[in-house]
Amino acid sequence: MTAFALEKQARMTGLSDPMVPSPFRVQRVQRETYDTFTLELEPANGADGFSFAPGQFNMLYMFGLGEVPISISGDPTKPQTLVHTVRSVGAVTQVLRRLKRGDVLGVRGPFGSHWPVEEAAGSDVVIVAGGIGLAPLRPVLYYLLSNREKYGRIVLVYGARTLQDMLYKVELEKWRGQFDLEVEVTVDTAAASYRGNVGVVTTLIPRVQFDPLHTVAMVCGPEVMMRFTLRELEARDVGPESIFISMERNMKCAIGACGHCQFGPTFVCKDGPVFRYDRIQAFFAKREV
Amino acid sequence: MAMETLERVLAEHPFFKGLERPYLQLLAECASRVRFDAGEVIFREGEESNLFYLIRHGKVAVETFAPNRGPITIQTLGEGEVLGWSWLIEPYRRRFDARSVELTRAIAIDGQCIRGRCEEDHDFGYELMKCVAHVMDKRLQATRLQLLDVYDGIRS
Repeated sequence: MTAFALEKQARMTGLSDPMVPSPFRVQRVQRETYDTFTLELEPANGADGFSFAPGQFNMLYMFGLGEVPISISGDPTKPQTLVHTVRSVGAVTQVLRRLKRGDVLGVRGPFGSHWPVEEAAGSDVVIVAGGIGLAPLRPVLYYLLSNREKYGRIVLVYGARTLQDMLYKVELEKWRGQFDLEVEVTVDTAAASYRGNVGVVTTLIPRVQFDPLHTVAMVCGPEVMMRFTLRELEARDVGPESIFISMERNMKCAIGACGHCQFGPTFVCKDGPVFRYDRIQAFFAKREV
Repeated sequence: MAMETLERVLAEHPFFKGLERPYLQLLAECASRVRFDAGEVIFREGEESNLFYLIRHGKVAVETFAPNRGPITIQTLGEGEVLGWSWLIEPYRRRFDARSVELTRAIAIDGQCIRGRCEEDHDFGYELMKCVAHVMDKRLQATRLQLLDVYDGIRS
């Protein structure tokens, strides 16, 4: 992205400089699992809201401590609330976890590419998520469901380590109860009393119904899970040009300047995080990349 | 169920995808319909293994028992999948428990009968072994992925 484009993006998002965080106030903190939580934020500087496209991410800044790249997991049709689901794994996210209603943090963004929700109109959409990979895909579901008539079958395939690690349980149950959305959920291990599906997420792909010639697949999860998922989608004859994946690398500046998130000839922060698979296929599985 | 109907059902099942008609006839001669109610134990670890099942409807949990943890579900199988392959491998004993999670309808195939046919007709045996190997490969891949515990990453 050129400097001009960055400036344009900055203007569109209401930021004068993409490197300067805006203050956001915590409206609500929702505990999702033992180590994962969702923050609902509102602008603390009087701004109207926060527009973004599904799949984009923000840099969340704990003043004086540091920044972390976190996907936006809220509803793109409700920009007045900015939603992030965060897994507490490092110094910054552990402090984010202690935030309470009324606390203020810095936000830079939105950054990066987005899921092809508009381009997928007229097709079946298969969403495959693993673990916290459901968070960047939740905005896709919100968007698709608010434009339901534009799409064919919508399938969500979601895998988590255990039932306790599953995100958005209430919403998953609600979506599962809808007649216009197929939701398949699995866990890697469970006690025998669990009546749901047990097995890795890839085992669900052969079971779900979609038209492979008219399907757009969106995949997000740990890289190894995505690799196996791609194989299953290819086995179902979904072409690499119809598969989109969200990559993760060590993002720092978020504008393609620092080079920390280099991924082959691309930068994940500005060329990704969402990539069309055929465009990265040549180096996706390369260990050195 | 008439033999022709069984043969058609077997032909439609993904496990036997691409298998030639004469082989499907052989299989149909060793097949029968079965039904399991929700919660019903289909087989137990250590039992003699002479049947395998093509699931047509419902869900089956493959379980084991671990001291201090109790019964654990290792895998859930559903429509279009096959349950059991220890009928093919000596000493023909079940390695896990299997329990119907919900009402399950399946085609049971007599493994002893099939083993006999395989000995008589090695071409049939080879074709059948390819079907089983395909399932084994899928299960092995899934098990390896399960062992990786992939969700231990740091993705946010």
